[in-house]
Amino acid sequence: MSMRPARTTSLRRMMAVQLVSAAAVLATVLIFLFQSFSRQIAEESQDNVLLASATSILESISARDGALSVDIPYAALSMLGSISDDRVFYRVDFGQETLTGYGDLPRATDLPNASGFTTVEYKGADTRIVSATRNLSVDGQSRSVIVSVGQTQEGLAERLRELFWTAILIGAGFFAFSAGLALWASSRVFRPLSALATSVSRRGPNDLRPFLKPAPEEMLPLVAALNGFTERLSRSLSRSEDFITEAAHRVRTPLATVRTQAEVLFRRIERDENRHAMREMIRAVDESSRAAGQLLDQAMVTLRTDALDRSDVDLAECLRDVVERFRAVADLRDIDLRMDLEPEIHIRADPILIQNAVTNLLDNAIKYAPMETEVSVSMHRDDKRIAITISDQGRGFDEDSEADLFARFVRGAASSGTVGSGLGLTIANEVFTAHGGAVELTNNLEGPGACVIAYLPA
Amino acid sequence: MHVWGNKAQQCFNGGKFADMRFLLIEDNEQLAKAIRDRLGLDGHIVDHAPNLDEAKHYINTSEFDLVLLDIMLPDGDGRTLLSYVRAAKMDTPVIVLTARSEVSDRVSILDLGADDYLTKPFDFSELEARVRAVLRRRGGGTATVQTIGDIKFNRMAGTLILAGGPVELRNKELRLFEVFADNPNMIFSKPKLVDRLFSYEEDVSENAIEVYVARLRKHLAGSRVSITTLRGSGYRLSVS
Repeated sequence: MSMRPARTTSLRRMMAVQLVSAAAVLATVLIFLFQSFSRQIAEESQDNVLLASATSILESISARDGALSVDIPYAALSMLGSISDDRVFYRVDFGQETLTGYGDLPRATDLPNASGFTTVEYKGADTRIVSATRNLSVDGQSRSVIVSVGQTQEGLAERLRELFWTAILIGAGFFAFSAGLALWASSRVFRPLSALATSVSRRGPNDLRPFLKPAPEEMLPLVAALNGFTERLSRSLSRSEDFITEAAHRVRTPLATVRTQAEVLFRRIERDENRHAMREMIRAVDESSRAAGQLLDQAMVTLRTDALDRSDVDLAECLRDVVERFRAVADLRDIDLRMDLEPEIHIRADPILIQNAVTNLLDNAIKYAPMETEVSVSMHRDDKRIAITISDQGRGFDEDSEADLFARFVRGAASSGTVGSGLGLTIANEVFTAHGGAVELTNNLEGPGACVIAYLPA
Repeated sequence: MHVWGNKAQQCFNGGKFADMRFLLIEDNEQLAKAIRDRLGLDGHIVDHAPNLDEAKHYINTSEFDLVLLDIMLPDGDGRTLLSYVRAAKMDTPVIVLTARSEVSDRVSILDLGADDYLTKPFDFSELEARVRAVLRRRGGGTATVQTIGDIKFNRMAGTLILAGGPVELRNKELRLFEVFADNPNMIFSKPKLVDRLFSYEEDVSENAIEVYVARLRKHLAGSRVSITTLRGSGYRLSVS
């Protein structure tokens, strides 16, 4: 029943993988950006403090009586110390002469492309140095005073390490969030597709209406193609229904002519062997028309059971119609047709199918029952199920042949000499199975004869 | 002014399946001819209309005991005639002959007022049985009772009324007695009686006739009516 094409990569997985990789790339970029930005901010703030410190030292230098006096304010160095435990160095130069501080501390102004700031290794540690300059005149000579303040960068490095972990944490969070979003989105994007698939598979094989539910733009070509396909299918189905009706008409009318002419001839024939031949001919016509009728029934039943058209059925009334229809035929063979139908039983079923199935069962029963016997149709319900029993007083079924009887064209042992195509039980079985029931073949408990019980869920 | 319905109300030919007037509406000429010949064998008169138009003409100008109507006709659907007949309040029985076998089709045929239907090809003994059933349903209690010697025969009810009271006849017994009652003093051979009583589906030996004759004789015992055996030629109903 379920044929599947080979599976290629899942679109949903493809989309999810792409979105998650994009999220990973974005998260990495985010980490780098955050890190460089935070390094820049940290460095700038160190630079600002260093510059402020250098400037305040510079401003504390004064020339008095031809001599320079340097009074380094406490705040100038404490503002640096308050930031971290880094070591602080300073140096004050007046021209070529170092007035105070570490004479070997590099000055930022000495270095090429000097901008006032530099980072050098000093006393075994990376040190950020700022140099600020101011001109002072002493004894009529104007010379520049250079104040350099340096601070090791261990505190900065420490802070940057902390910030690095923060960046990683933020990046990971971003990744987790956007990956989740990606998975959700990819499953959501394909939801209309699986909705369409569900609505297609939920339909019966004969439900060939076009799909008109709104669909996303990208799916419209698929839906249109599907609708085109179902339309072609429905055209071909209705063609085959027309064909069946037409075929029935074309076959049955000439058969009727042959049969009628044969009856007329039969009456006129005197010789025994000719009468025998004519009788055989009439039977052959009956057999072929029965076969045609049952094949058409079978085709109709198969078509209808695929998509059960259930309505409210008064079961007793439905069965009574069928039984009354057989009264004339039963009378012909002096068969007493008995009915015992429990009233007020309503079920949801396809009445046309139920009538067809019971017609086939009853037709069998009346055909195989000996003349002047009784055929009874009863219908009763218990808490679990409804049983429709059709019993006759014929030969009954052979014990081991019951399963075979359902197979198409197999006829029971009782049938030799009686016209029939053997499809009747197959049809009935198909109908009751489709309604959630079953057909059971047994023999009567008391007395001879077959007993067919069709069950329906109560 | 048509008088179609009136005859039907009178007595339906007394429930006798002979000398009835049929209107056959069927477009297939060969089938129509065959049906005419076959019904003619039973002593019926058949008028044939090949289309709806002629059928309406017949219906409006003549009286019929029964209409046999085909569904697929060249100038329309036979069901429209059914509606036409029922709308005009004519109550002549109509039996539909259909080439289709779908149950849904049959249901709509009955809903439109057909008395019964048969699927082509059909067995004439089944047609006869259905015609009888339809006439019995329509005729109700207005059946005529035939008097033979000192007994009465009610074919509608299927009873013989003897001095000792009514006797119910089974279907085959009734058919057999009917054959004799329709043609008193006529001799019927066993093969002829088998033809009249049994359909072709059944393998019946001519001895079966002896069984039914014996039963009828048992029913008739004590009356002046009897079935006599004429060695070598058959049976005859006689009144002493």
